[in-house]
Amino acid sequence: MTVLVLADHDGASISQPTRSAVAAGGKLGDVTLLVMGPESVAQAGAKIAGVTKVLHAPTEHMLAEPAAALIAGIAGDYTHLLAPASAVGKNVMPRVAALLDVQPISDISGVVDADTFVRPIYAGNALATVQSSDAKKVITVRAASFDPVAAEGGSASVEAAPSANDPGVSSYVGAEIVKSERPELTAARVVVSGGRAIGSADNFKILDKIADKLGAAVGASRAAVDAGYAPNDLQVGQTGKIVAPELYMAFGISGAIQHLAGMKDSKVIVAVNKDEEAPIFQVADYGLVGDIFKVIPEIEAELEK
Amino acid sequence: MKLLVPVKRVVDYNVKVRVKPDGSGVETANVKMSMNPFDEIAVEEAVRLKEKGAATEIVAVSIGPAQAQEQIRTALAMGADRGILVEVADTVEPIAVAKILKAIVEKEGPQMVILGKQAIDDDMNATGQMLAALLGWGQGTFASKVEITDGAVNVTREVDGGLETVKLTLPAIVTTDLRLNEPRYASLPNIMKARKKPIETIKPGDLGVDTTPRLKVIKVEEPAKRQAGVKVGSAAELVAKLRNEAKVI
Repeated sequence: MTVLVLADHDGASISQPTRSAVAAGGKLGDVTLLVMGPESVAQAGAKIAGVTKVLHAPTEHMLAEPAAALIAGIAGDYTHLLAPASAVGKNVMPRVAALLDVQPISDISGVVDADTFVRPIYAGNALATVQSSDAKKVITVRAASFDPVAAEGGSASVEAAPSANDPGVSSYVGAEIVKSERPELTAARVVVSGGRAIGSADNFKILDKIADKLGAAVGASRAAVDAGYAPNDLQVGQTGKIVAPELYMAFGISGAIQHLAGMKDSKVIVAVNKDEEAPIFQVADYGLVGDIFKVIPEIEAELEK
Repeated sequence: MKLLVPVKRVVDYNVKVRVKPDGSGVETANVKMSMNPFDEIAVEEAVRLKEKGAATEIVAVSIGPAQAQEQIRTALAMGADRGILVEVADTVEPIAVAKILKAIVEKEGPQMVILGKQAIDDDMNATGQMLAALLGWGQGTFASKVEITDGAVNVTREVDGGLETVKLTLPAIVTTDLRLNEPRYASLPNIMKARKKPIETIKPGDLGVDTTPRLKVIKVEEPAKRQAGVKVGSAAELVAKLRNEAKVI
């Protein structure tokens, strides 16, 4: 069994969800990592534990059309084509699958055998075990379900990927990427999230101090994002990011099904909400009924001690 | 220009789905069904493009059982001009959906297909990308803004670190994310008018598409339930428990 994993990166380093995809790929066979980006990122990929080879394509922007053409072009060498279920993986892999006449298997949370995988459906309210009859499997991997392999420890060779024809139907215009000193949401050990009860974009900063003290990423519920209190890339939930940190702290989040779908695999969940009937308390290990604007400063003070 | 908007009939997003006792799937009998919420956003975007004069005709397509006519009627009431129902009895996977849509695109000749980024039942997030690949078109997935310029469309996409904008030559595929727009409610007069708009019914076989599934569902089960924990009385108790009991800080 030979596995190709598409690396997701920010131009400087390879994302942790990519290392989770390598972990899933390692259950199936030898992993080759495809890095489309700077040479330095390909070198970093060669150090990832469990990667036996790196293929490098010096692309500036990972547009779906040329990326999928490249992957489909080299697919003959692999039985399984994987990517993390990140914005990049979700954009590119179904396109690859269609080029190969394969039904993709999206967002897997488990590997049963070479043909059989577990994936959440209905916002994680059910788990389907599916067996693919396609000769080749095209898969995206739910990072929260696989412990990432180590970023260091490997010594793979780096080879140039064959070039592919850009279909020439798309071009990159620009990006507004939020710069943050905080850990990436899907990779953070601790996530501190706010909901609609936060009340305004200004108030959202109330979470900063706790996040700074705990080295946490900041997240938000869909209600908070829709209300304009937090940017969309902070959204945790079925249609946002799926997280499974060691500690998830939900402040003023009621616990809609779609939010729970994004965080219920966290190891320890804390909920603070003034409504003691809020559904979030049904999944919380530690619940505190109270006004977040009173409780948050108290928690800060306790963390100082 | 003509726009094609596929709409899927799914279990309403407010319904708490239940896994069937025999593990063959989830209960869909006697459950409220609606248009996939991301598809509503797609219909809304198409209608806004038409209202702005950027589009001339909107064709809504659904691939599903006879009852999927209801979802097409909803799209017609929101402002689509006519409907096509591709009637199927069983589940159709994204690859077959994409092939059916490709055949319809070749017949109808739209300049843009606007789809929801994912259906909230199978959560595949695949059809738009697959249709784009089959047609050789550009794809603007997870769109939060769509701007048509001369012969092209600029799509601002929700990506992991923020937003990214790509320019696609028309014809192109756009898949919608949550914040592209807020779909309207159809007014009563528009619901009445929608009843008179035409819906054509065809079968996948008419389009030469084989819908045999590639994925066999071995079983469907409920995820492990999380047990509710304890309520604590104060911030001090909470922090102490996180330090000494859970040992996570």
